[in-house]
Amino acid sequence: MSHDSHGHGGHGHGNPLADAMEHYSHLSFWRKYVFSTDHKVIGIQYAVTAMCFLLVGFGLMLLMRWQLAFPGEPLPVIGKLLGEALFPGGVMSPEMYNQLGAMHGTIMIFMGVVPLSVGGFGNYLLPIQVGAHDMAFPKLNMMSYWVYFCGGIVMMLSFLMPGGAAASGWTSYPPLSVIASNAQSWWLVGMVFLITSSLLGSVNTIVTAIQLRVKGLNFFRFPVLVWAQLITAFLLLLAFPPLEAAGVLQLMDRVAGTSFFLPSGLVVSGEQLHVSGGGNPLLWQHLFWFLAHPEVYVLILPAVGIVAEILCTNTRKPLYGYKTLVYSMIFLGFTSFIVWAHHMFMTGMGTTLSSFFQATTMIISIPSVIILTTFLLTLYGASIRYTVPMLFAVAFLPMFAIGGLTGLPLGLTASDIALHDTYYVIGHFHYVVAPGTLFALMAGVYHWYPKVTGRMFNQTLGKIHFWGSIIAINGIFMPMFFMGLAGVSRRLYDQTTYAHGKVAQPLNVVMSYAAWSLAIMQLPFLYNLIVSLWKGEKVAAENPWGGTTLEWATPTPPPHVNFPATPEVFREPYQYNSARQIMPQFSKEN
Amino acid sequence: MTQNPYSLGWLPINISTHGADIDRLIFVVHIFMLALFVGWGVYLIYCLINFRERAGHESDLHVKHFKLPTYIEGAILLIEVCLLVFVSSPIWGRVKNEFPPEKDALVVRVVAEQFAWNIHYPGKDGKFGKTTSEKMDGTNPVGIDRDDPDAKDDIITINQFHIPVNKPVIVRLVSKDVIHDFSIPVMRVKQDIIPGIEIPIHFEANQTGEFEIACAQLCGLGHYRMRGSFVVETPEAFAAWMADQEKEQLGGGDATAAQPAEGSQPAAANAQAPAAADTAKPTDGQTAPADAGAKKEGNQP
Amino acid sequence: MSALIPYIDEPHPVTGVTNGKFGTWLFLASEVMLFGALFSTYIILRTGSTSWPHGYEVLNIPMGTVNTVILITSSVTMVLAWASLKMNQFGKFKLFLGTTILLSCVFLVIKYFEYAAKFQHEHYPWSSTYFAIYFTMTGLHGIHIIGGIVVNGYLWGPGSKMWKANPEQFAGRVECAGLYWHFVDLVWIFLFPVLYLL
Repeated sequence: MSHDSHGHGGHGHGNPLADAMEHYSHLSFWRKYVFSTDHKVIGIQYAVTAMCFLLVGFGLMLLMRWQLAFPGEPLPVIGKLLGEALFPGGVMSPEMYNQLGAMHGTIMIFMGVVPLSVGGFGNYLLPIQVGAHDMAFPKLNMMSYWVYFCGGIVMMLSFLMPGGAAASGWTSYPPLSVIASNAQSWWLVGMVFLITSSLLGSVNTIVTAIQLRVKGLNFFRFPVLVWAQLITAFLLLLAFPPLEAAGVLQLMDRVAGTSFFLPSGLVVSGEQLHVSGGGNPLLWQHLFWFLAHPEVYVLILPAVGIVAEILCTNTRKPLYGYKTLVYSMIFLGFTSFIVWAHHMFMTGMGTTLSSFFQATTMIISIPSVIILTTFLLTLYGASIRYTVPMLFAVAFLPMFAIGGLTGLPLGLTASDIALHDTYYVIGHFHYVVAPGTLFALMAGVYHWYPKVTGRMFNQTLGKIHFWGSIIAINGIFMPMFFMGLAGVSRRLYDQTTYAHGKVAQPLNVVMSYAAWSLAIMQLPFLYNLIVSLWKGEKVAAENPWGGTTLEWATPTPPPHVNFPATPEVFREPYQYNSARQIMPQFSKEN
Repeated sequence: MTQNPYSLGWLPINISTHGADIDRLIFVVHIFMLALFVGWGVYLIYCLINFRERAGHESDLHVKHFKLPTYIEGAILLIEVCLLVFVSSPIWGRVKNEFPPEKDALVVRVVAEQFAWNIHYPGKDGKFGKTTSEKMDGTNPVGIDRDDPDAKDDIITINQFHIPVNKPVIVRLVSKDVIHDFSIPVMRVKQDIIPGIEIPIHFEANQTGEFEIACAQLCGLGHYRMRGSFVVETPEAFAAWMADQEKEQLGGGDATAAQPAEGSQPAAANAQAPAAADTAKPTDGQTAPADAGAKKEGNQP
Repeated sequence: MSALIPYIDEPHPVTGVTNGKFGTWLFLASEVMLFGALFSTYIILRTGSTSWPHGYEVLNIPMGTVNTVILITSSVTMVLAWASLKMNQFGKFKLFLGTTILLSCVFLVIKYFEYAAKFQHEHYPWSSTYFAIYFTMTGLHGIHIIGGIVVNGYLWGPGSKMWKANPEQFAGRVECAGLYWHFVDLVWIFLFPVLYLL
């Protein structure tokens, strides 16, 4: 029997959707906008919070880039304001540099990119794209946002703790992370919050996609973004727990004096370390990378999904090779669990184990190539409309290609000897995440902005944002490959202490100016997003871009129940009729 | 020496017998990467221009299925497998497994710590004296027991690593505290040092000169200044250097603890300057020791 | 059944499960990975150690055995609680679920005595890697037991009001709690031999 869990009958309609809308309209401000269970509100909360953290993470790096370009020189203006302890004489200290480095990575990955792509885009779009009225577990969804928020607060507070924030890299390798007298323990606790939030979210995503999809929406009619979020959710669900376990073990080592990761006989600063010993630092690395490798596919898959949606909307033709793309993404997901030790090639690994991981690493490059090829071939015979989101989506392709290709010399052990832990690695992964994923996310923000806000953004500012960003971002990361080939190690407060670092130092100046330029080029973006909320042209149309997936069937912006009547799906996405009109998934005709 | 071994944006000179193979692999892989990128890039630009939306141009709704991309994907996999099986694996196998016999090599222990490289030579008897962590302190960084007969002729230096040219070297790497990474860019040598495990590596230099050891794994706030001096010299010069060390550390029949070698080493200037400058300000401007090892400078006079 | 979110109290035609049950299985999959990581840790630490005590030399086997019997019994009573709901016997449901909760508490009490005995003999997590992994694994398992007590307690107490309003949904919740409880039991069935007997 039909039961409205809020327990108020007596509105006279037999229509549960109308009842739900009615009930929702009576909620207080707090229940509607702060502690909301509506996936759209939660999605916006995630997106806004994540974008703030992205700016924070970016800001940390902007500070670091001063020290890198001009080692030992006081930071202008800011140097005096940040305290003598960490900035003696206005000069960044090595311990501050290491804190900024570790937290830049942590914040960008766990508090920025993933919450934006999975929590933001995933939460907002997934239920709508499968035709649902909300996520399967709305209260759990709300909880997962607030747990993320708490985790973020814990991470930010760690800067203020004695000894400062964690400073052993986002990778937190013991014994360094265990003996460090800073807020590494706060980092571990913060990670437990963030991981818990992620686990709750992934359960919601999987159940929603599989159980709540509407009539007619079989698996091979899913939009690519739905597949991406679904596979990503499985990666998060299964890969994060080992890191959670490892985090508990490291916390025990720091707080309870255990020796999970500490071997016997350590001598630190001339003093013997009085622990039981018997532990293994490599145990941490295995547990960490077991998550962290699938994590990088978590970083890229939703971006791939977003790019697919935007490419298909702006090419006036179907996606090339939908099934191949989907199978590649699934294969990528599975394979991502068996490549992790390619991050550990230089730890003393023998030839047998390294052969296995090199082989799986070579194999995993193939689905990535197929994904890229699918997108490239979709452009063939297209009629490309260069909207602002399309500019970013197209730029993603060569940027992702550079990122992926530069993984190759790293994935072969012999060449990795020269390149391991150098700037080459930093260049490699940043190409995938920064002009790769972040560009895709920005494309997504522009693409769905009219639907979410009911306003159109300013096109000119968008184009300025694009061109400025693509030039600046390449200026930051391309020189890194050269610096890595020259042998410069990662995580160096001042590379000029080494002769080989000194010779390559001019590249740092180029990179820093490019980074500061990139920061300036984000101003039009932020201004555009905020001011267009009031000044942007109103968008009343349900389908301003001419998309074929279900989010373009809702009113603009979507109401609480998303669809006034539960929709039905009649065909695959991205279809056009012979008159080159879109045949949306949700329209019976055409 | 005369020419700068390092470059702004490419590999340093190679003075290692296994380095040429690694450099060749890096070169070939990058040509492969460039070919793919240029190929894809040209195609992409063609599409972006030729298939842009414009009057009189319509999208092609029935684009045929292309076979070429599948062949390209297959070729990429094949080339990667070939690089793996025929190039990378043999090199890696040589580097990891084909150790020279110890009698033909110079065997050295390197004990890494925050933030210095302690180099431990076995001396004329070719045997390493016993070391224990209990004996480790400021004046005895490797914890050598000078009462052990094998230890009587051991030479221990800080940040001074000399080897003879054209002779295989076996290095046994250990760490006292955290994970470090022993990296010599011109030798194409890089090995993580995991506390609790002794990891051996081997290499052979085929050119003389003064180079450097870098730490390639974040080890604390002194990671950036963990520089060792790496000198490859003729066998005669090496023997003379060792004789000098023996005189300093073992001379007078007085088996005292290891003296810091850099005081008398002309080649030590590079290694010394940053280290000495740092001891002038003890803990890099902070009160609490951030890594419980903040100011390990070795035994500075 | 709500049109807003379907399949809360009736199974999906393709998957054959309700949302809650599907979600519970997914959650349990992640828990398998969590405890799997700890068991892997045990293996790596033990095989890499120079000396490792046999469980029977250090731990109290009779107490561990009793606890094993207690947990298995509690899993049985958990199933009987759910079965009682299916047979519309709310009174029996309360009895069996109450027994489950009681047995869980007894488990924790016995665990308390075990830990106390260890501390009395100066065996702490920091004493050796054996004790480090022993306390961590049994401790994390204990936290999961507490979580189960909280959930079952809620379903026995305030949550049981739902039986009147939506019996199918309530029975579904008890079933999901049961799945979780069986998992906690299963982890112990692996923990006991690995830590106590080997």
